Amino acid sequence: MTHDHDHDHDHEHSELSETQLRVRALETILTEKGYVDPAALDLLIETYEKKVGPRNGARVVAKAWTDPAYRAWLLKDANAAIASVGYAGRQGEHMVVLENTPKRHNMVVCTLCSCYPWPVLGLPPVWYKSAPYRSRAVADPRGVLREFGVELPAETEIRVWDSTSEVRYLVLPMRPEGSAGWSEEKLADLVTRNSMIGTGLAKRPEELE
Amino acid sequence: MTEGAHDMGGARGFGRVKPEPNEPPFHAEWERRAFALTLAMGMPGGWNIDMSRAARENRPPQDYLSKSYYEIWLAGLETLMAERGLVARDEIEAGRVLHAPAPIKDKLSPEDVAQVLYRGAPTGREPSVPARFRAGDRVRARTLSPPTHTRLPRYVRGHVGVVELAHGCHVFPDSNALGAGENPQWLYTVCFEGAELWGAGADPTLRVSVDAWDAYLEPA
Repeated sequence: MTHDHDHDHDHEHSELSETQLRVRALETILTEKGYVDPAALDLLIETYEKKVGPRNGARVVAKAWTDPAYRAWLLKDANAAIASVGYAGRQGEHMVVLENTPKRHNMVVCTLCSCYPWPVLGLPPVWYKSAPYRSRAVADPRGVLREFGVELPAETEIRVWDSTSEVRYLVLPMRPEGSAGWSEEKLADLVTRNSMIGTGLAKRPEELE
Repeated sequence: MTEGAHDMGGARGFGRVKPEPNEPPFHAEWERRAFALTLAMGMPGGWNIDMSRAARENRPPQDYLSKSYYEIWLAGLETLMAERGLVARDEIEAGRVLHAPAPIKDKLSPEDVAQVLYRGAPTGREPSVPARFRAGDRVRARTLSPPTHTRLPRYVRGHVGVVELAHGCHVFPDSNALGAGENPQWLYTVCFEGAELWGAGADPTLRVSVDAWDAYLEPA
């Protein structure tokens, strides 16, 4: 799918304007026909732009890093453990959490479309939905990881999870060294979106500004 | 449909992954509205997620590959609405209402948004039969090529893997996408060695899993 930013800019611009007009007309049609309420549309957008995003997942991870009982619960019954922090629902109805260790690195993809755990990560980034990631994550994950600047030890097992059902996977990244004694709030700052997809690692303390 | 351009696992030639630093959820105003219209129309439209996916992927490869993500959503939405007489193709082209509205069961109100999202649409169902496989069982992904929607990716078909997780019974997308019933059946995570999928040159540390419904599998 084309959605990189290598296009000729004028071309992209006119294409977007045309689509913009088409979508605006469609919204008018659907509103006039009484199928949608524009206020509900505004709320849907606001929810995924302002409220639901990777900060949710980061809180879950930080809690698991500091509370062994929570970590065990999260790995055993992710739905319940995640719901206890307040996150649940659409595109996260059946959660499984995958623990990264020095021996095993988990990475998540949806080769068929764009399945992604919305309640904890928000909407997927463009690269996650793109043909390069969807085609190569299952065949050449180390090559993909290098494009994210991640080089793992040669002996580390790479375990790729293709999200072909309604089960949604969240990676529990390894806690970085040098973060002993940190609060959950501060630890959450180390947890990047990509570290919860498996295309990145948690930040090291020295990477925080 | 099977064998469509959406089934991308293992395809070559798409180039490098290009992460965008500090990427926003949307890149244009129309993406916001197309996203929200698609979510909001699920209620009056009455379709399920498998019908939505089928409508998005069921197009010529050159069309699928030349559209951006939300352009595909938009095309899928237009198809679903046209099929049900909610918005006709001539209305899409004209950009205005030409026909009387179709009767709808329900409409998403602002008051219901939070609850509808929080509830989601779980696909787990009470099992009516015991699981055919257990963790550790060797299974073969069947060689299937239905002309309609399926969630068994091409790159695992015919290959042998090991059952790792059993997720209980879930709605079966192949029938649900056709409106032919939920036909819930056992769902398993099946794990394949890299070399089983990609040959001797594969990364020896690689293992890949898919989630596979009972009908996709046979004992091996």
